[in-house]
Amino acid sequence: MQNTKLEVKNLQISFSHEGSQVNAVRDVSFTLGQEKLAIVGESGSGKSTVGRSLLKLHPKNATVEAEKLLFGDIDLLNASEKTMRDIRGRRISMIMQDPKYSLNPVMKVGDQIAEAYLAHYKVSKKIAQEKALIMLEKVQIRDPKRVYSLYPHEVSGGMGQRVMIAMMLIPEPEIIIADEPTSALDVSVQRQVLNLLDELISERNIGLIFISHDLDLVRNYCDRVLVMYAGRVVESIKASELENAQHPYTQGLLKAPPRIGDIRNRLPTLERDPSWLYN
Amino acid sequence: MITNSTMAPSATSKSASASMLMLLQTLAHGCKRIIRNPLTAAGLVVVMLLLIVAMFAPWIATHNPLAQELSNSLQAPSSEHWFGTDEFGRDIFSRLVYGSRITLYIITLVTVIVGPIGLAIGTISGYFGGVIDTIFMRITDIFISFPGLILALAFVAALGPGLEHAVIAIALTSWPPIARLARAETLQLRKADYIVAVQLQGASSTRIIFRHIVPMCLSSVIVRLTMNMAGIILTAAGLGFLGLGAQAPLPEWGAMISTGRSYMLENWWLVAAPGAAIMLVSLAFNLLGDGLRDLLDPRN
Amino acid sequence: MNMINIEGLDLSFGTGANESKILHDVNIQIQAGESFGLVGESGSGKTTVLRCLAGQYNHWSGQLSVNGNRLLHKLDKKRCIDMQMVFQDPYGSLHPRHSIETALAEPLKIHKIDNRDERISAILKKVGLDDSFRYRSPHQLSGGQRQRVAIARALILEPKILLLDEPTSALDVSVQAEILNLLKDLKEKEGLTYLMVTHDLGVVTYLCDRIAVMQNGHIVETISSVNLANHGASEPYTRMLLDCCYHTETTQSSEALSA
Repeated sequence: MQNTKLEVKNLQISFSHEGSQVNAVRDVSFTLGQEKLAIVGESGSGKSTVGRSLLKLHPKNATVEAEKLLFGDIDLLNASEKTMRDIRGRRISMIMQDPKYSLNPVMKVGDQIAEAYLAHYKVSKKIAQEKALIMLEKVQIRDPKRVYSLYPHEVSGGMGQRVMIAMMLIPEPEIIIADEPTSALDVSVQRQVLNLLDELISERNIGLIFISHDLDLVRNYCDRVLVMYAGRVVESIKASELENAQHPYTQGLLKAPPRIGDIRNRLPTLERDPSWLYN
Repeated sequence: MITNSTMAPSATSKSASASMLMLLQTLAHGCKRIIRNPLTAAGLVVVMLLLIVAMFAPWIATHNPLAQELSNSLQAPSSEHWFGTDEFGRDIFSRLVYGSRITLYIITLVTVIVGPIGLAIGTISGYFGGVIDTIFMRITDIFISFPGLILALAFVAALGPGLEHAVIAIALTSWPPIARLARAETLQLRKADYIVAVQLQGASSTRIIFRHIVPMCLSSVIVRLTMNMAGIILTAAGLGFLGLGAQAPLPEWGAMISTGRSYMLENWWLVAAPGAAIMLVSLAFNLLGDGLRDLLDPRN
Repeated sequence: MNMINIEGLDLSFGTGANESKILHDVNIQIQAGESFGLVGESGSGKTTVLRCLAGQYNHWSGQLSVNGNRLLHKLDKKRCIDMQMVFQDPYGSLHPRHSIETALAEPLKIHKIDNRDERISAILKKVGLDDSFRYRSPHQLSGGQRQRVAIARALILEPKILLLDEPTSALDVSVQAEILNLLKDLKEKEGLTYLMVTHDLGVVTYLCDRIAVMQNGHIVETISSVNLANHGASEPYTRMLLDCCYHTETTQSSEALSA
């Protein structure tokens, strides 16, 4: 893999709660190049925790340990809060699930995009606004000038997510972590947003970590898939080879959802084998 | 957790004991968390102390709180009279101890009146909305727009001074915030799926309000009531100070300050001791309320 | 006789210039024992139809009848016996302070039905939970278990109709499979009629016999599941929805399905 952007080795995350320790993530290792890497798992598998810990956005009661947590040549594990502030948004940015909750409700969406640029580049407000308009155009919003001065509650879910993408891309990051970026959207919009994201990241050589619960979506969209179960990566596989997945959990996930024209009378349910916890 | 290996004689007693067990577990867990926060623990200790002192007043008091001994008046604190004596030679420490009973009496009575009224008005008006809401909330607005102490003053002036009248007066002014709080909670709750579900089961509005909505409002109302207790103590003391609450010779803390005022400059202990007691107890209730809020917050 | 009959259902919110019409002349006929799906994107009005039936909106116009009874604009106990609902969010549909037993006993108490203890045991068994769940409170249960309890609560009054409002969309796929299997079994055993709202075409074709596609408060097409799977949809909007679905699934390998 050419130019590794991110290297994670034996990442461990545990939460302390009222005196007891809960291990949320164990021994997760992966590298990210200029590719689309999916982290797939069911709720509670630790996939979002991994994404957040890369930006050190984990809650205070979490302990993050790793043999290696390298972003380029920066050691994220021991990076100061100041270094992290420079990285967050500027070099690694994060797209959240629901634009309704991630956009500031009392600020025009355009100003929020400009603000994201101003936070990392020393330019005049005017230039930042122009940049924001160009960016709105890039995310295929038809009338950028009009949308610029709308407030978040005035835009639809799909448009809100485009605004989020514009906001995250404008500082020209090297890595984007997208945590269920389309699961709050309707299917028709979902597809447009994904295509858009795809175009933009390949244009700019961005590495994408795509966190999702939807294996069907991921297999067509991403290059490589990490399947997480109970805090561990149980399988790491090329998306195109998912059909030949070895792990029974991955196979179970693939078979579980009903599909159009399904002839099965019963859906197979997952038998969770305790031995999966020990790799 | 309880398993169903043995069939208890009746299902109701079984489920009752199960829910008792659940309650006990929650309580034990809650106590642990209260103690972890030192400020809350301090508040709890003071409130417990108040309860114990009030309960065992005759054993704790060193003197008869009403016994006058004019030859011994205005004595400074000493080993005989821990907090000194007042202008009639009554032991201030003993008067404080007995005064705690009056304070507790007022707090309890006001809370018992205010809690249910506020809860009922708030939940009913929030659940039904529309005209009922408008009528109830305008009445609440009227009560809220009077300053509490002034309304209490007017009320006591009309009924005549006395402890019971002070209680009614304070209660009249302190239910509106509770009602508003309960209404705000109810407005959120009534759209919840579990409320829609019991509506769809055919439950009557009374049933929904009292069995499904009230339990959810209860925790924030309890927190608010605890915080209110501090205010009640102050209002009661204020009424006592103005001579409109408990009447002499009852050892009410506010009234003690009021009479002590004339001797304040030479005999500081006359006002300092009851003043400190009022401050300590109202502070304790505030701290306890704060801790309870953290504990009972449904988001936890 | 139709179990559910919806004729010319109209609903709008607001008055005067602010009036916005949510449902336009919706017509649905559902036979006894049939399961019927309402599909559409957010804002299409699919959930609103369900909520009109469930008595949450009372200012609709048109004709609704359930099990042969014309619905009045007010929820009555008869309707509750005929029809119950399962909600989307298993975390929001159970009262957080009520134990499972309290939640299941509540409908029985409201309708003054006896033998509560046996009925609760039986219904828990029916949805695949053992008796030990009785005394647990909702926060001790997983999402799938909560949804089973919600189904049990809906079935304890022995209704003929279940309204299903996206019953699996908040669940993980493996749990979704369990709940869908359960719903399918219950329907066969109890002869229930389902009206299900969902955005997931896979789920709806799995569980439902017929499907109505909704867009902006109109029904654009009513089609059988088989027909839909065989590319028999005639409306462009339906085909667009199908397209999006296939786009994310591409071709299913036969071994993945049969294995």
